[in-house]
Amino acid sequence: MGCENIEFDQGWGEMEKGIEKLKRILAGEKETPFTSREYMTLYTTIYNMCNQKAPHDYSEQLYDKYKETLDEYITSIVLPSLKDKHDEFMLRELVERWLNHKIMVKWLTRFFHYLDRYFIIQKSVPALNEVGTTCFLNLVYEDVHPTIQDIVLSLIDKEREGDQIDRALLKNALEIFVEMGLGQMNRYQDDFEARFLQETTNYYSRKASKWIEEDSCPDYLLKSEECLKKEVDRVSSYLHSSSETKLIKKVQHELLVLYVNQLLEKEDSGIKVLFRDDKVDDLSRTYRVYNKISQGLDLVANVFKQHVTIEGTAFVQQAEEATSNQASNTPGGHEQVLVKNILELHDNYMTYLNSCFQNHNLFQKALKEAFEVFCNKTVNGSPSAEILASFADHILRKGGSEKLSDEVIEETLEKVVKLLQYVIDKDVFAEFYRKKLARRLLFDRGTNDDHERSILSKLKQQFGAPLTSKMEGMVTDVVLAKEHQSSFQEYLRNNPDVHPGLDFTVTVLTTGFWPSYKWFDLSLPSEMVKWVKVFKGFYETKTKHRKLTWIFSLGTSHINGKFEPKPIELIVSTHQAAVLLLFNASERLSYSEIVAQLNLAHDDLIRLLHSLSCAKYKILNKEPSSKSISQSDSFKFNPNFTDKMRRIKVPLPPVDERKKVIEDVDKDRPYAIDAAIVRIMKSREVITHQQLISETIEQLSRMFKPNIKAIKKRIEDLITRDYMERDRDNSHMFRYLA
Amino acid sequence: MLAGYSTVSSKAKIKGLEKIDRLFNTYANSSLGMIDPEGIEALCSDLGVDYTDVRILMLAWKLKAEKQGYFTQDEWQTGLKALGVDSLSKLKKALSDLEKEVEKPSNYEDFYTYAFRYCLTEEKQKSVDIESICELLNLVLGVQFRPQIDSLIEYLKVQNDYKVINSDQWINFLRFCKEISFPDLENYDATQAWPLILDNYVEWMREKHS
Repeated sequence: MGCENIEFDQGWGEMEKGIEKLKRILAGEKETPFTSREYMTLYTTIYNMCNQKAPHDYSEQLYDKYKETLDEYITSIVLPSLKDKHDEFMLRELVERWLNHKIMVKWLTRFFHYLDRYFIIQKSVPALNEVGTTCFLNLVYEDVHPTIQDIVLSLIDKEREGDQIDRALLKNALEIFVEMGLGQMNRYQDDFEARFLQETTNYYSRKASKWIEEDSCPDYLLKSEECLKKEVDRVSSYLHSSSETKLIKKVQHELLVLYVNQLLEKEDSGIKVLFRDDKVDDLSRTYRVYNKISQGLDLVANVFKQHVTIEGTAFVQQAEEATSNQASNTPGGHEQVLVKNILELHDNYMTYLNSCFQNHNLFQKALKEAFEVFCNKTVNGSPSAEILASFADHILRKGGSEKLSDEVIEETLEKVVKLLQYVIDKDVFAEFYRKKLARRLLFDRGTNDDHERSILSKLKQQFGAPLTSKMEGMVTDVVLAKEHQSSFQEYLRNNPDVHPGLDFTVTVLTTGFWPSYKWFDLSLPSEMVKWVKVFKGFYETKTKHRKLTWIFSLGTSHINGKFEPKPIELIVSTHQAAVLLLFNASERLSYSEIVAQLNLAHDDLIRLLHSLSCAKYKILNKEPSSKSISQSDSFKFNPNFTDKMRRIKVPLPPVDERKKVIEDVDKDRPYAIDAAIVRIMKSREVITHQQLISETIEQLSRMFKPNIKAIKKRIEDLITRDYMERDRDNSHMFRYLA
Repeated sequence: MLAGYSTVSSKAKIKGLEKIDRLFNTYANSSLGMIDPEGIEALCSDLGVDYTDVRILMLAWKLKAEKQGYFTQDEWQTGLKALGVDSLSKLKKALSDLEKEVEKPSNYEDFYTYAFRYCLTEEKQKSVDIESICELLNLVLGVQFRPQIDSLIEYLKVQNDYKVINSDQWINFLRFCKEISFPDLENYDATQAWPLILDNYVEWMREKHS
């Protein structure tokens, strides 16, 4: 009291009293808590000892003593208590001792607080709190942490195996690791987490390899979901939150990433079975579980893609084998079935895409790529583009084999258009479609205009006008032809002397829209010659600027056959009619005589004669009566021909157009590539080779996929024709030459 | 042409030009007013080089001759002045210097491009037939890139896709020889802007050696 200096020993003696009391309290001995007075005395003692003038300023000594006190306490009390303990008991002891230590540090810090305010700052030494932790760290933690780690890990393992453990204890123990880091997480990470993650990996690796063999795919997924839930729970219960991301990633990797293919491709329960049995929940779970894994959905989408590809390809193979095994009575019947199957497949998987896979774009892409694989296969020599065109044709024909309602027809046509997006050679489809459309429009009475226009507009919407503009023109031509016909009738009424005496109809086709037809220099029967003249006369009253080319091969004639049993009306092509009418003038004609009179090429004439003498209806008798036509044959009118019907159609099988279609399309492609390149060059002016190639492919993708060689060839050609040039300094750049 | 001649003669006060003109007249076809193929052949024999020697092509390049087989008086004058020669013996010496000049990287591409243009004899001709190209390649690149040129010429003769070569393909032959390692062709990438004919050539080479 007063201004007298306190001697060190004296002052320290006072402190020691307080410290001993503290120890007793910590030891659980009967002891009263510190009163305010006691606290103030201790605090003031320190204060005074630090504020005395040198050499009685004892700050440094007191600082050292503080540390000494702690070290001594640890060495004499704490360490012995831990020495003989094991397992959970060791853990418990440690937690308790650490708690005590913190209390001790708390009180001592209060007493020695004055040092914290000035001394530690002046001397740049650690604060009292930090010193407190460091003492424990150096004397206790460094010694025991490996053992503690072992104990903790084995407890966690026990819990994983299903036993109950003391979670609070673990939480406290792990907190020590964190606190030992003095603000950093390094002790927790190095002394515990690293090995924890490793053992987690090992644990789940073992489990996964067992479960993958024993469990079905849905069960495995359920178990995985469970495990993940439990691990998340574990983190919130006693692990440090920073461990969560790393932990979950490891578990996902061991259970779900490594085994994804084996899991989803399981023979009896994998994804294909889930689809087969319509297990929407399991499929949704699969999506859900993998969605949480980074790039997990890529893995699932891949399996999905393979599955769809296999299904689709199986249908294709089915169609191939069916045709080669037995001759179908409906030609192309198997291909029809194939398209139906593929459409159904598409519907099914679109539904799954929406219901189970959240319409995720990875799965959309997978579906698209899968369909692109099998929608471009050739089946029995028929390219997929042709098969699809035939399918559409079949539906649009009046009286297709199953009478479908308008709605069903519209729906199906819509699906056909959707399927077309997967076909690469859309221009081939367009050409086949156009040829078949021509036949429908010209030969199939009563085609439904609405349906025809509807599918054309759907095609236009999806793929652009170039695909459909010609076809729209064709449909319009036929509509206009009907109008022309009425004005032609009027013309005939007004010019009765010109009337050839027989009814005939002319359909005028605009050349650019319709497929190109072979022109035959047919010598017409005299009756028909008159018709041509009359119509020409009429047409010239309408317009003087157009030239008419007569395509008799597309015409239809109705001829009355006066057969002995009964007269029968024959519906034949105009070419067939020309052959038959010859027999009005001669009873018997040899092949060469017919050739001379009609002026047709051998291939064509043979087809005609075959249809009239060797096929279903033998209107003509052939000598000799072999099954095929030879140039030495002779023909006679068959007066005994009869049929139960009064009117029959004598079919003329069409020439196989497949080769020609493909040839025509191949011929046009270079021009399309040229046009695309020029368009691009014109708008870009300068462009790199790579970009030109990729933009050309993109521009043409609605019609077909050009290969790089073809594009390079056109570039070469355009360079020669001075549309573009290679840059002098940058050999991979091209420049547009206006 | 006669008018041209007399204009020049009135200007030819400079002695050097006189000598150049006299040399010109030695070989020129008087009715044409320029040196024609016959004249060039005579010039070659006097210079002691073969008509088909690459140095004559280099001379044509130096003269900036427009038409294959002909030298106009203007071209002759400008060219010989640029060479700094006015007599046959000087011209003979200059030929070997000319070779070195052409080989300089800054000139070589120009000379190479010129060689192709020189073969375009018809008006509006854009391409040169394969046979001539092979000869030209041999003449112009044969010494420097013997293995590449031999192989390329073999290919050009057996392939059927191209009957003529355009200037873009021509310029890329040189690039090919300069940039692509031979004979492994390892750094050739067909997805780059090389002309298709070289893609086909590389494919053919790779098949041959597999």
